[in-house]
Amino acid sequence: MIEFSGVGHRFGDRVVLSDVDLTLPERRVAFVGANGSGKSTLARMINGLVLPGEGRVLVDGLDPAKDGRKVRKHVGFVFTNPDSQIVMPTAGEDVAFSLRGTGLSKAERARRAAEVLAEYGLDGYAEHPAHQLSGGQKQLLALCAMLVLDPAVLVCDEPTTLLDLRNKRRFAELLGTLRQQVVLVTHDLDLLDGFDRVVVLDGGRVVADDEPEPALRYYRKLAE
Amino acid sequence: MISAHEPGTSMVHRTPVGAKLLALFVLAGAVFVLGSPLWLGVLCGVVLFGYALARIPARRWLRTARALLMLAVFVFALQWWLLGGQAALVVCLRLVTALAAANLVTLTTPVDDVVSAVERWVRPLRRFGVRPESVGLLVGLTMQAVATLSGIAGEVREAAKARGAERSVTAFAVPFLVRTLRHADELGEALAARGAPDR
Amino acid sequence: MPDVPAPRVSLPAADLARTVVFAAFIAVLGIFPGIYLGGSGVPIVIQNAGPLLAGAILGARRGTASVVLLLGLVAIGLPLLSGGRGGLAPFVGPSGGFLIGWIASALVAGLIVQRAERPGLPVLLLATTAGLAVDYAIGIPFLGAYTGDLGAAAVQSLVFLPGDAGKVVAAAVIAAVVHRALPGTLTRPVVRGE
Repeated sequence: MIEFSGVGHRFGDRVVLSDVDLTLPERRVAFVGANGSGKSTLARMINGLVLPGEGRVLVDGLDPAKDGRKVRKHVGFVFTNPDSQIVMPTAGEDVAFSLRGTGLSKAERARRAAEVLAEYGLDGYAEHPAHQLSGGQKQLLALCAMLVLDPAVLVCDEPTTLLDLRNKRRFAELLGTLRQQVVLVTHDLDLLDGFDRVVVLDGGRVVADDEPEPALRYYRKLAE
Repeated sequence: MISAHEPGTSMVHRTPVGAKLLALFVLAGAVFVLGSPLWLGVLCGVVLFGYALARIPARRWLRTARALLMLAVFVFALQWWLLGGQAALVVCLRLVTALAAANLVTLTTPVDDVVSAVERWVRPLRRFGVRPESVGLLVGLTMQAVATLSGIAGEVREAAKARGAERSVTAFAVPFLVRTLRHADELGEALAARGAPDR
Repeated sequence: MPDVPAPRVSLPAADLARTVVFAAFIAVLGIFPGIYLGGSGVPIVIQNAGPLLAGAILGARRGTASVVLLLGLVAIGLPLLSGGRGGLAPFVGPSGGFLIGWIASALVAGLIVQRAERPGLPVLLLATTAGLAVDYAIGIPFLGAYTGDLGAAAVQSLVFLPGDAGKVVAAAVIAAVVHRALPGTLTRPVVRGE
């Protein structure tokens, strides 16, 4: 369960979030809003990439402001551009990179990496140069690098912006099958099939918070 | 454009860029050749007179003076220990004179003036394929790239943190370089698309 | 795609872009504060690893050009050196020789890397070490001219040797990973993902 209580934040003079109170026990949650609405900042607070200026965030009882490292093990994060996240030359090595410091042997890390790649549609790609994968495959790789640690929560910040329509659909379907609690930040309203809850942000405030249908109706009206 | 320039209308400001640079090089040469504290002191005085002549506001020269003083004290102590008092004094006078003079040129010369001066100077190189008007453009393109790469550096650092690798140099430097190279490719394509010669 | 005016220079666009972007890369290494090297608690400035990386990744010609461009922009007064320094003062200061030596660093590192078909870690280590060595070979006599005592200048420069040795190794390791991740970077533009 993710809880925001009285959360506010500013970058310099610009207020990016104010008075956010949310309790999110649902398995599939989306943050929707225009550019600069504060949705990405809110999502980053879930694993402590941004700490709230005011108020408090709790993720399954963990406070990112106090236990940053623990929270980041508990919450995986997928970014818009997978190139930011891919550190190692091959797909297998990159997934295994996530497992350094777990005490597993090198062979065991490689085996686990190959397993996870196989499970999410990159079977046989362990030896493949990571940067020669297609855009869709790279985003899958970024996802695998997070899932290999088996986090309880997965936050995705506009993960499909750089993907084509087919890969976008596949990524969305995949998100649907995960056992993790998923928080998705997106502009892409097609991705929200099967979501339990949609939070609409505007100017740093929550302006709608509902099931997808009514929330999105509100968001479309806001955009007009 | 961000720069260390301090606008003004004094004689020093109005001296052409070329003359100022020439004066700086002559002075820097003299500073290295002269070994007498007396003559170095005179040169140092000349440079300080230049600051007065340029009417550099106190807040600017105080900042420079403080940085120079700190450096000079440190260097003096070190050289005194290594080489003795007289040599330490000579080194410090060289240091303060050369740095203060170079800083005065930078303070009194807008970047745009230097750019157009360089464009004038490279004109004779035209027959070797150098296009003078590209100098200003290189400046603009690089500053734009600095802004873009700063953004990328921020994103990459955030991603490294999310992977629990905020202390790993590789987790920062490798994705940063990969995205830097990709940005270079995009820029190359954009330039080619707009008529820059391509291979 | 970045919105840029078309330049009229006689460099192919891809080479020009790499030169410009790497000059910016070295600048950003100085602007971006606090990189933790090898688990140490103190953030250190790694800008002087930039010329080594430029040579080791782009090769001699483009690597050297990017360092020359960066130093040119610094000289005309843009604050692109670490700590926001810029202008002519850094060049005439006691460590000016180390700054000018960056050009030779990129050149030497690039020349060595280009000799290898597929640059692996040993070649890259050799390249970055040689690159740093030529920087010292220019920087120390320059400092010596200041102090009037070459021996003392060499002794003073030893203070930086442990940190610089760390950067030489880090630059080689990073360049090795980049060359494995993007093969062909030395010879042609990056192979695109799609």
